[in-house]
Amino acid sequence: MKKTLRKPVLAVGPFHPLQEEMEFFQLTVDGEIVTDIDVRISYNHRGIEKLSETLQFDQVPFLVSRVCGICSASHPLAYVQAVEEIAGVKLPERARYVRVIINELERIHSHLLWAGLAGHFLGYDTVFMWAWKYREPVLDLLEAITGNRNNYGNVRVGGCREDVPNEIIPKILKELDEIERKTEMLTKAVLDDPVLHARLKGVGVLSKADAVGYAVVGPTARGSGIAIDVRRDDPYAAYGDLDWKVITQTEGDVFAKAVVRLLETFESIKMVRQALRRLPDGPVAVEVKEIPPGEGCGHAEAPRGETFHYVRSDGGNRPIRHKIRAPSYVNVPSFKASCIGQHIADVTLTLAAVDPCYSCTERLAVVDGHSNIIHDYESLLQLSREKTARIKKELGAPEFKLEDL
Amino acid sequence: MKQEELNNRLAEIRDKLIGIEQKPNRRIFLLCECENSYAVNKFLFEGLGLRFVIVTGIDSEDCFEILYHYANDETGCFVSIKAFIRDREHPEIESITPMLPAGEWIEREIHDILGIGFRNHPNMRRLILSDDWPEGVYPLRKEVKK
Repeated sequence: MKKTLRKPVLAVGPFHPLQEEMEFFQLTVDGEIVTDIDVRISYNHRGIEKLSETLQFDQVPFLVSRVCGICSASHPLAYVQAVEEIAGVKLPERARYVRVIINELERIHSHLLWAGLAGHFLGYDTVFMWAWKYREPVLDLLEAITGNRNNYGNVRVGGCREDVPNEIIPKILKELDEIERKTEMLTKAVLDDPVLHARLKGVGVLSKADAVGYAVVGPTARGSGIAIDVRRDDPYAAYGDLDWKVITQTEGDVFAKAVVRLLETFESIKMVRQALRRLPDGPVAVEVKEIPPGEGCGHAEAPRGETFHYVRSDGGNRPIRHKIRAPSYVNVPSFKASCIGQHIADVTLTLAAVDPCYSCTERLAVVDGHSNIIHDYESLLQLSREKTARIKKELGAPEFKLEDL
Repeated sequence: MKQEELNNRLAEIRDKLIGIEQKPNRRIFLLCECENSYAVNKFLFEGLGLRFVIVTGIDSEDCFEILYHYANDETGCFVSIKAFIRDREHPEIESITPMLPAGEWIEREIHDILGIGFRNHPNMRRLILSDDWPEGVYPLRKEVKK
């Protein structure tokens, strides 16, 4: 009888809590070490590119804001910028600043959401509770401006749908001071923690060469020492007028990506503040009557990286082709470079470190070909938390949690 | 790379192209036949060190267009290669994945939805369509009803 060597395969997905939508990772493992990774996506393909061809130019922003609930400001922005490029629209001054305010508030809440989730996976549920509590007022501000906590639908071709009312500017500024203070406390607690240093440094390293080959974007690229940021490189909205800096780290590990996101949150707070103080008077939109034939490329820096939209018009009232590239589409395949050689206990964290963008239900199973052992999500999470606890013990950190005090 | 240097360097592959469209707002389109697309891609990625963004596949009735988008982040300029596949019966083009791992998913996606063959692709399995989707039906082609 022909003998075949069966390799144990660890299945992560198709439903998994680190991913907001279905995605299926099959990890080939040798003991505790991951030796290969295979990804299957598209369990819930919504055909948005095809749908877009059936909608009018001014209806599409509402469709593409649903590409992702968390990035629901950046996708429509990239789309309208592509269309505005075709039509040669000159934006009113105020609209440029309102776009910055919405997009940076989005980045603040998205980065805090990620910090909370990362803490949860590590067994630091205090970080999870803190970060999500600090995120709430940001969503309230977005609701006060656009009417929605997510899916703002606030950009349209030629400007913005809703203005930032002058009356609420003092309230936003006050809220920002509070968010900044709390985020600073959270960042210090995270960056000064010796356990987190031991747990996250050197884990899931994406080298600069791999980052170029996989063409990764956003905090994933900036954590590997590639200083790219659409807001600076191809300034749109009012980013060219503001004073801020691009945060980079060279290590490429999970810790580097965490540092990039946390420090970026402060840059975003700075930008919203500047934009509010400089907010010019005037209308927030101009009327765009028709879109001439042509093609345009629009891109915007979403919290997870560059989101890219290509639009082609034949002069009718609908796009004849609309291509969307979300940042996770290039960030997720880089797992092939960052997960191989890692421990199983580190994989969930490495996957989470690029902040992949999908949704909801959970199921994660380890299938061991030899012994038919099935680990579910709980037991894998347990592995990750046990490793944190082990490091804590080795470092002599106190056992109790803050909420016990 | 500065904009002027980029424009000068693009002249090096002029013989592979059938046209260059310079558009306002730093958008450059390089038009070529599908036979030359690999060489032009290799030049942009390895020769000029531009960042790969994505590939767009378009069904334009009499031919297929495959657009390879690259970004020069120093100036915010987009350089897009527009490769034309004239053979509608057996559309095929050389895969860029062996040189550029970031191309793997999008080439599989375009294969699924437009039915374009990518020669020398290392892993041509379905990405977007489910396993029970019928063979030979390509949802992004114009003949497929919306």
